[in-house]
Amino acid sequence: MEVIFFPLIVAKMSELQDFERRLSAVIERIYNGSAKLAAADRLSGGASQETWLLSLTGTDSPPDIILRRSPAATATTPESNAIGLSNEAQLIAKAAEVGVPVPKVLYVLEECDGLGEGFFMSRVSGETIARRILRDERFGQARAALPGQCGTALAGIHSISPTGIEALKVSGGLDQLKRYDETYQTTGIRRPVFDLAVVWLQDNAPKPLPPVLVHGDFRLGNIMVDETGLASVLDWELAHLGDPREDIAWMCVNSWRFGQSENRLGGFGDVEALLSAYAEAGGASFTPADIDWWEILGSLKWGIMCMMMYESYRSGAAPNVERAAIGRRVSETEIDLMNLLEKQ
Amino acid sequence: MYNQPSVAELVEAVKTFVDETAMPELTGRSAFHARVASNVLGTISRDIRARETNDAEERARLQLLLDLPDEEELSVLNDELSRRLRAREISANSAKLMSHLKKTAIAQVKVDQPSYSGLLQALKEV
Repeated sequence: MEVIFFPLIVAKMSELQDFERRLSAVIERIYNGSAKLAAADRLSGGASQETWLLSLTGTDSPPDIILRRSPAATATTPESNAIGLSNEAQLIAKAAEVGVPVPKVLYVLEECDGLGEGFFMSRVSGETIARRILRDERFGQARAALPGQCGTALAGIHSISPTGIEALKVSGGLDQLKRYDETYQTTGIRRPVFDLAVVWLQDNAPKPLPPVLVHGDFRLGNIMVDETGLASVLDWELAHLGDPREDIAWMCVNSWRFGQSENRLGGFGDVEALLSAYAEAGGASFTPADIDWWEILGSLKWGIMCMMMYESYRSGAAPNVERAAIGRRVSETEIDLMNLLEKQ
Repeated sequence: MYNQPSVAELVEAVKTFVDETAMPELTGRSAFHARVASNVLGTISRDIRARETNDAEERARLQLLLDLPDEEELSVLNDELSRRLRAREISANSAKLMSHLKKTAIAQVKVDQPSYSGLLQALKEV
């Protein structure tokens, strides 16, 4: 076995050394030789997107920065909804201009860097794990401040001009309903609660609002929170042009309340506080009932996403226990849909 | 076939092994997957115990709701319910439909994720 695998291990090692060599070259260039790469640690990410913590030594550089990248070979596929990392970097820079708390984009990778698509950004300290944000005592003050801060941030995001970012596609509520319904139907599995929800959403769709820039995945898990509240809005890859109510409702979907169902907004607060801060910061005036339709759509979308993740197990693409198990979470969204639909 | 130990007992024995022996030895991604595996074994145990009753109750409700007393196959009954929902022959205005779907969802979540917050909320409202 050692004989067979040895060349593979050597190949992997030289790939890593190559990666670190190229990384060092870029870092020395952007800091004019005053900073050096001390270490690169992979933090997280799937096969197509990686997050790295880069430790630097030098006088003019921060002690660490973050690299988000997708290796060239697995760049965004056409059928994916993701906008790609260089577009994400542009969007984060635009968000900073309108005062949304985001990491600072330090450098966007170019083809000649040989590192794939991606960007360097500042490291923002804080917590992203929802259960800690919702339960730890040290986030008590943050939880009280978050509804208002999220409202202000969303009003800012929805005011961003999308000019110059071609990858942003228009996707309204009914567009998404159609796409997710098609996906559900291709599985060949019948879950009548989903049919009920699809038909109800079709028949009760609110009048669409003029499209704005929508974050697309604004919820606990994708925001950095410190003791004072919202420190940074992360994970912009699902941004698109759509209805502002989508972002507000997504954070309210019961799956994203992480067990604290009694607080409609993300398990930590009241949506009313978000809505008044949103309007005060220049967003439209919505009532809590205005986002009901979008919350139902959100639960349906998450249910179908869970079905798709299970499909990736069933097809053999991702043969691990987590992907298999997520198929048994579809029923969570069925019960949420029933709880919501019987109130309508 | 012998049934000593039963499938349920075997699954419980494996779950005890994962929880008490394997999991404390693991870290990082393996520990995460072990926790998922342990939850899956819990689901299997509950599924073994509840499936027969749940299926029988779901079948009886569907036969009544759809007026198909002779159809025994659950998947056929559910396909027919989906078809009628899509054709708008039955809708959320039907209290019988809503009650059936809610009972079915409650029974399913009790097996899949018995500590899910939405289940507690649903039980409060029944």
